[in-house]
Amino acid sequence: MKIYINNKKIKVREGQTIFEACKENGIEIPTLCFHPDLKVKAYCRICVVQIEGRKGLYAACSTKTEEGMKITTESEEISRARKINLELIFSQHQEECYDCVWNSRCQLLELAKKYEVEINKFQDRKKRYPVYNFGPVQKPILNFDSTKCIDCRNCVEICEKQGVGFLELQERGNFTEVFPSEKKEKDCVYCGQCITHCPAGSFEAEGEFEEIEKPFRENNGKLIIFQIAPSIRTSIGEEFGMEHGTAITDKLVAGIKKLGADKVFDVSVGADFTTIEEAKELKEKLETGQNMPMFTSCCPAWVKYVEFYYPEFMPNLTSARSPQMMSAGLIKTYFSEKNNISPENIFLVSVMPCISKKYEIQRPELEINGAKLIDYVMTTRELARLFIKRKIDLNKIKPQKADSPFASPSGAGVIYGASGGVMESVLRTAHKDITGKELKKIEFKEARGKAGIKGANIYMGNREVRIAVASGLGNGKKILESLKKSPNLYDCIEVMACPGGCVGGGGQPLPTSAEIRKKRAEGLYKIDKKGKVRLAHKNPEVKEIYKNFLTNERIIREICHTTYSKKEKK
Amino acid sequence: MEKDIIQKLKDSGLTGRGGAGFPAGVKWEAVKNASQKFSVKTYIICNAAEGEPDVFKDKFILDNYLPEIINGIKIALNTFENSVAYIYLNHNYYDESKDKIERTASGLPISLVKKPDKYIAGEETSVIEVIEGKRPEPRLKPPYPTEAGLWGGPTLINNVETFYYVSKVSKGEYKNTRFFCVSGDVKNKGVFELSENFTVKEILRQTQNFPEADFFVQVGGGACGQILLTNELNQPVCGAGSIVVYDKEKTDLFELMKKWADFFIKGNCDKCVPCREGVYRISEMVKTRKIDKKILEDLCFVLENTSFCPLGKSAAISFKSLINKLIIPTGKLF
Repeated sequence: MKIYINNKKIKVREGQTIFEACKENGIEIPTLCFHPDLKVKAYCRICVVQIEGRKGLYAACSTKTEEGMKITTESEEISRARKINLELIFSQHQEECYDCVWNSRCQLLELAKKYEVEINKFQDRKKRYPVYNFGPVQKPILNFDSTKCIDCRNCVEICEKQGVGFLELQERGNFTEVFPSEKKEKDCVYCGQCITHCPAGSFEAEGEFEEIEKPFRENNGKLIIFQIAPSIRTSIGEEFGMEHGTAITDKLVAGIKKLGADKVFDVSVGADFTTIEEAKELKEKLETGQNMPMFTSCCPAWVKYVEFYYPEFMPNLTSARSPQMMSAGLIKTYFSEKNNISPENIFLVSVMPCISKKYEIQRPELEINGAKLIDYVMTTRELARLFIKRKIDLNKIKPQKADSPFASPSGAGVIYGASGGVMESVLRTAHKDITGKELKKIEFKEARGKAGIKGANIYMGNREVRIAVASGLGNGKKILESLKKSPNLYDCIEVMACPGGCVGGGGQPLPTSAEIRKKRAEGLYKIDKKGKVRLAHKNPEVKEIYKNFLTNERIIREICHTTYSKKEKK
Repeated sequence: MEKDIIQKLKDSGLTGRGGAGFPAGVKWEAVKNASQKFSVKTYIICNAAEGEPDVFKDKFILDNYLPEIINGIKIALNTFENSVAYIYLNHNYYDESKDKIERTASGLPISLVKKPDKYIAGEETSVIEVIEGKRPEPRLKPPYPTEAGLWGGPTLINNVETFYYVSKVSKGEYKNTRFFCVSGDVKNKGVFELSENFTVKEILRQTQNFPEADFFVQVGGGACGQILLTNELNQPVCGAGSIVVYDKEKTDLFELMKKWADFFIKGNCDKCVPCREGVYRISEMVKTRKIDKKILEDLCFVLENTSFCPLGKSAAISFKSLINKLIIPTGKLF
């Protein structure tokens, strides 16, 4: 099919929208409510264009191209419409650009400049609207500031798509608006996808701005230890203008040191412990056939999802702790003993791609000796903001290695950040556990890629292991529903709450899309490929700790494993 | 089986009576084609959602011509293989007439659905959403309901008056008439069946409703309709079949605009920016009894040109015509 855009002849495929045709041909069309992860809704009316022979303006995102269509994407009339609609959008949105997850790089501001929008033309309609906190009353996890909401409803859609449905539409006076559900059977699991899909910065992690200095202000002279998650090494660079997927582990370590941290540890080493414990459990479960299939439990949003929405599946969750908690436990015991520092004198901060990790550290099930292990969880965005505030430019900093004894992860520990990574790591180690032999071919490509649900039958010797990998809680829900009907479908299942896994986490830099997540994941797989040690159980640091510290079942159980309990809405 | 009803409808020139005036025969043909092409279940919806101020002809037809309506639906059921029908009713009409309609329709695959009390719930794709159990919100078009409507199947959605006239056409009794509601500052308020080609003036004269005092009218719906002055009455009624007469002297124009604004703000779905925010800003402006002409023009511009569905587009018509014709000439209020 041929169409004309701004008098230029363009070939399009049947069914392509005007927006898609423009994008493919490098013609810029402004959008706001459009998000590549979501359905086309056409609510914001910013992407409007003219079509010859038709009255009015048409939304480029939702209008399909037709043979011979003549489209104009810029004109006085179009600019006028965009400007007025933007002014109306700004009339809902209370600006707080100085503390916004978008770090002043949002589409709203960009368009305001482009269309010379008077952002205060109308009084803010939502000035007196409330801020809703989600999570425990004492220590909420994230919040929804409805004074900023522009009613694009992306959050409602993603929350529904996540299989959660906690954000819903309700009437407020004459308006239909977004509310957190009051229903007892709906609760937030803190995946934070509302944050990454809101164009207006209405959602943010609790303390995302106010508390980022906390580790350096409230440490009371304690030893400040930072531990960094696998996935953030290929995403934080985006905040400094680097290409998506650029791996900067050592620069990141150097940056954190410059902030004033005494030690920087790599949570990917913790992930290696998780792999070993999980592989052990998988082997046992395959033998006994009890509580099968086994579910991964690294993702606290997934864990809460099971505990709240599908408690009947709690016995399926592996008892192995998540990497963040695994390494935190070892820091507060092994490291502490070895270096003669009392655990109370360590101020431990995690940097995570994730909102629900802020919740995970509050779980009483994860305390050791009655004490919480981690003092503060900072997201990728928060850390970047702190760097920027302190004028630390990761482009220019001299790289530094992470600190021993959690300095050198296996490649398996690094790929935890991508959907399928945990599964692949566990399979690499389980193969040895089950067959007694090391793998010839280390990679499990079946577990990789951006598909929402991936499945494969893997052979370990004669034994067939049926695996499934889901990312995006909605896909996790699909698997749970299919297990309700046929419990014997799989042996091992990995679920990550966020699309693409942790690379698409709720704490990651904005914006996000499948393309961006793919590049972040590729960055992680490259690290694995280049690494000398690619198997968790071959990691010398890990072996050392098993040899000298995790020497009996009791201590392993205490530090490396956990329990689950049914959660109710409070 | 009804022979060639589609041809008969085409020949009759009957247009849809929901307001958009789409040729009925063409719509029926499109549904028939889709129904045959996909050979799936086909849905028929008789829309009696009527919810605009000063429009009450659907109620009149339901009260007086129910058997004809049911016959019209029956003709559709016979025309489309493997079809079922819904009568979608304004919530008040549902409460009042449910039993009566069910009795009249008994034995036919016809179900009744109650419309939520929200104007947008009467828009055809919103009707489909409601029947599917969702919020009343218009869908993106295409696909058009004729191809993929209710539950994704080909769907014929016609106004209750259209079904009445389908029955008339099939019997050869259709005489190019339609129903007009006349109300406001008139002596003889009511619903009248008259030639569809009658001008506003002729309708007012014919029904003994032509006022003596100076007046203006709102034609085509008591909220979406446009304002016509006495020198503009030589034209037929467009949109919904209604004429509201206003005494020029007695009518408070801001109160009138407030009535519209309240109606739109309550009746829209709030999903698109121009309609949700534009209507709100107009309503705020009307409350202050001060109109900023530039801002109003801007708001009407985006309503008319960028709204998601016809509701937002039509919301601009009434305000624009009233202000241009009745407020600007007085030179006041700016």
